[in-house]
Amino acid sequence: MIRPFLTLLVLALVLAAPRLDAGDAPFALAPLPYPPDALEPVIDAKTMEIHHGRHHKAYVDNLNAQAAQIPELAGLSLLDLQRQMSRFPTAVRNNGGGHWNHDFFWNLMTRPGTGGEPSAALAAAIERDFGGLDAMKQAFQQAGLARFGSGWAWLIVRPDGRLAITSTPNQDNPLMDLVPEAERGTPILGNDVWEHAYYLAYQNRRGDYLAAWWQVVDWGKVSAHYDRAIAELAPSAAAAAAK
Amino acid sequence: MAFELPPLPYARDALAPHISAETIDFHYGKHHQTYVTNLNNLVPGTEFEGLSLEEIVKKSSGGIFNNAAQVWNHTFYWNSLSPKGGGEPTGRLADAITKSFGSFAAFKDEFTKVALGTFGSGWAWLVERPDGSLGIVSTSNAATPLTGPDRPLLTCDVWEHAYYVDYRNARAKYVEAFWNLVNWEFAASQMR
Repeated sequence: MIRPFLTLLVLALVLAAPRLDAGDAPFALAPLPYPPDALEPVIDAKTMEIHHGRHHKAYVDNLNAQAAQIPELAGLSLLDLQRQMSRFPTAVRNNGGGHWNHDFFWNLMTRPGTGGEPSAALAAAIERDFGGLDAMKQAFQQAGLARFGSGWAWLIVRPDGRLAITSTPNQDNPLMDLVPEAERGTPILGNDVWEHAYYLAYQNRRGDYLAAWWQVVDWGKVSAHYDRAIAELAPSAAAAAAK
Repeated sequence: MAFELPPLPYARDALAPHISAETIDFHYGKHHQTYVTNLNNLVPGTEFEGLSLEEIVKKSSGGIFNNAAQVWNHTFYWNSLSPKGGGEPTGRLADAITKSFGSFAAFKDEFTKVALGTFGSGWAWLVERPDGSLGIVSTSNAATPLTGPDRPLLTCDVWEHAYYVDYRNARAKYVEAFWNLVNWEFAASQMR
């Protein structure tokens, strides 16, 4: 009688412990949505383990350290934080941006060759705004190559519903209210061009990494981001974007 | 007249185990070389044709600046390192460090903090101010003290390509290893 009770007690304590931790820290590192070797040979398992388990984890840990100093942060969703970033210190910008960007990035990718195609609506918008998928990819790769130093390349939905390609330095992103207005929008696709994203496999050859990366893009996810971004636009902009 | 990649002041494997030959192969052989190649492609036909590297760094912006400054910064970085480096400076530089930071240990702590705190790609520098005091500055991407009034004495490259092959994300371990390589004679020779 005693032993099952103790077992349950121990089990309850073990289960409660992580919850107590999560309660103290408002931001959490989600597991990768696939095994670390799922993106091989485009992105190797070692890169994924270090990128997620050390770089992304450091952003989460540092953001939680900031939240311990700035209680207001705990009450904000990660998305809302991006949109109000100008109110916070640089450490929140760097680590809060790093957390959102990497969450977004992991969930855009899937096993090579299984990512499908853009939805009809997204394909039409890409055709309208870039003249075709290949032209969009070229412009996106160019933005990634031209980002000097560390940063990200993005495909965004602008406030007028049009698609555009931008890039941001370091861990900034197009949601942040401190990004120049002309480069702001809702990201539907983003690629990390920090050297840590590709150095183990591609070294200085960022262009090769950018070209290979399309093999792991999950177009179902990108299309869903596009639909959501259009749905959130003001009705007049959404109507214009549909034309 | 085209710019050339200056010879490395030591063998590719001379900085091991602190910085591996593989890192040097990419960092010197690919990254530094690419900045030289890009600069040579960008300069012809511009107002910068015929100027020295230092003049281009001081007067240019955009792509020409990025490549020119990175050529200059990397050459300065290779000179800041030596297989016979490490330890502590002596003479005038040692005196100046003690005067400006209180002690060599305090300087080392502060420089390390600046190197670790440089977010993204960039450089940490020991500089001599116009008033003769020493300071520590961090620059982003290609930015360099050469464009301002401070005189660079020593630099540590904290772009990820400087340490990723050997240390992965552990920039702190790379900076710790950097202290075993610092060429204090070179740093002292840069003082006014």
